[in-house]
Amino acid sequence: MTTTTKHSDSLTSTLLEAYKDIQFTLAASSLRNEGRDLLQRIGLPANKEEEYKFTPISKKIEGTITRFSHAIPSENVDQKTVDENLIPGLDCHLLVFNNGKLERNLSNFDTSVLSLISFADLLEGKMEEQVGKIAKANKDPFVALNQVAFQEGTWLEVAAKTVLEKPVYILQLIQATQEGETVHPRSYIQVGKNAKVTFIENVVSLDDSPYFLNGVTEINVGENSQVDFYRVQDESKAALEVNNTEINVPRDATFNSAVISLQGKMIRNNLSINLLDSNSLGNMYGIYMLNGQTHVDNHTNVDHTMPHAESNELYKGILADHSRGVFNGKIFVRQDAQKTNAFQQNNNILLSEDAVVNTKPQLEIWADDVKCSHGCTTGQLDEEALFYLRSRGISKENSRGMLLYAFAGEVLEKINNENFRDYCIGLIQQRLGTHYA
Amino acid sequence: MLSIKNLHASIEGTPILQGINLEVKAGEIHAIMGPNGSGKSTLASVLAGREEYEVTEGEVFFKGKNLLELSPEDRAREGVFLAFQYPIEIPGVSSTNFLRTAVNQVREYRGQEPLDAVKFLSLMKEKMKLVEIDQKLLSRSLNEGFSGGEKKRNEIFQMAILEPTLAILDETDSGLDIDALKVVSNGVNQLKSKDNATIVVTHYQRLLDYIVPDFVHVLYQGRIVKSGTKELALELEEKGYDWIKEEVAGHTV
Repeated sequence: MTTTTKHSDSLTSTLLEAYKDIQFTLAASSLRNEGRDLLQRIGLPANKEEEYKFTPISKKIEGTITRFSHAIPSENVDQKTVDENLIPGLDCHLLVFNNGKLERNLSNFDTSVLSLISFADLLEGKMEEQVGKIAKANKDPFVALNQVAFQEGTWLEVAAKTVLEKPVYILQLIQATQEGETVHPRSYIQVGKNAKVTFIENVVSLDDSPYFLNGVTEINVGENSQVDFYRVQDESKAALEVNNTEINVPRDATFNSAVISLQGKMIRNNLSINLLDSNSLGNMYGIYMLNGQTHVDNHTNVDHTMPHAESNELYKGILADHSRGVFNGKIFVRQDAQKTNAFQQNNNILLSEDAVVNTKPQLEIWADDVKCSHGCTTGQLDEEALFYLRSRGISKENSRGMLLYAFAGEVLEKINNENFRDYCIGLIQQRLGTHYA
Repeated sequence: MLSIKNLHASIEGTPILQGINLEVKAGEIHAIMGPNGSGKSTLASVLAGREEYEVTEGEVFFKGKNLLELSPEDRAREGVFLAFQYPIEIPGVSSTNFLRTAVNQVREYRGQEPLDAVKFLSLMKEKMKLVEIDQKLLSRSLNEGFSGGEKKRNEIFQMAILEPTLAILDETDSGLDIDALKVVSNGVNQLKSKDNATIVVTHYQRLLDYIVPDFVHVLYQGRIVKSGTKELALELEEKGYDWIKEEVAGHTV
């Protein structure tokens, strides 16, 4: 234990310097100031700092990024770029962001069911009341950094009693530009009571040049509503990313998450669900299927505050080459949260001797009448199963593919949207280099 | 069809097979019997190509090809089939997908057209009758939640689909009640022809009441120490294996 907090002083100052001249509305000023104060005090995570022990993202940013200013919208984004990155067969409300900035002309959504408002255009008081209140800046320095640096800020709202048949597809197109290599998307999703909506976010690198993406998404789910939020991370080998996603789930509401991570240089996902009342349900699913040097860190947190709430979590990793996976799953059950059901599972398959997984369940339980379980496994591909399939005439490569696909399939089947599930299956089969179905 | 000469194999440096000689011709059924630990299952595994076993000496030719040089999948494609003693459960792999992939990879190797979904389904339906396997089982993941008997039936069902020239049944009778034993044996007998051969590895004689062997071999300490006809199996059933052990000991003294 150290008594003083070490931090990446020079990186923090460099970043604060880079964003000091951002024009912002008066409403955002308190967020900016809070973020700046926090960063000046605690700084970005230093090497070996507990929460970022296995994921030295600050060091990677320092070593990779040379232009810390914002990437301006890329000139290479056009209709063709969008068309190439649509999900086949998916009829959706399309939101296209170009380096974090909304491309209105390329987006296509029904404003009668989904409203999109820039933070600057919000009614007075709304921003102060809500933004930064779910994902709090003091929880993670990258949230604080986002508060300092975000440019536009997107408020998405689905009114009460609205069931969106078509999912909202958020296409995040990212490309470093001459002006800068950083993007700090910020969004707040407000879903009314008795509503149902699915969000799919796809982060796409437009080229192989390095960037640092630091997003914050806050989701405020309404009572008795269901929100599904899916994310695909199949980025360039130079991509650096930190994601903070935090969700409030009230009485009788459900939040489902699935994160499919396939490529990047280093990606850190912080996902936090606050189960605020009885009969709230939070599900977190993930696959990280990595090769090369890709490093993906999933830190999840579920906070059970009241009785009779449930959370389920399943993350699966398949790691080849020199890739690294980190899983840290925290379950917090407060004293009032009797009759909590909380389940967590993390399973990993290492395909190479050079691949590494660090997995850590963290259970903190203050109530006495709860059902909680957790488990983690890390192993190789089952040789017995492999031999069984090969002994029936199936090639070694196809047998491996079948087994790995079966392993990942348990997570894929949790994805409710069929088109998106098929899309993920396609991505994973592509990665497995096998089409056997 | 199969010619095994002076086969030695070991696992993690421990020799298990110590000079097996065996000739199997088309149309024949051979039973391999022997006490526990004599190397019966090792022989079956080595023939199927299980990689933990190291062949240290000897040769195995199958239809004129050096079997030991082939990968497990190529052995299967050449027509070797091992019915596992302990078929494993593979969650998430659908039985139907698995079998269709297997059939079509075997067909491709043999230069045959792949079966489309319709043809494959009708092949499945035809073979299901043979081992009285429930279609519901085949809609599940491979062997997942199957009872011991269902797993063994599924092995013979796979054998029926893949139509091997050499079937090796490794303790297929273990864990089967008498009804299941009859069904499984009946399946094996119906698949029998003058062009294929079967090696039945078993500890007990009772399976041989249903699958009647042309030859019976007793394996002990990694060698075939005695060969005979089906009467030898009855003798073993009656007298146990001790007299064989004594005979072997007598020879070496």
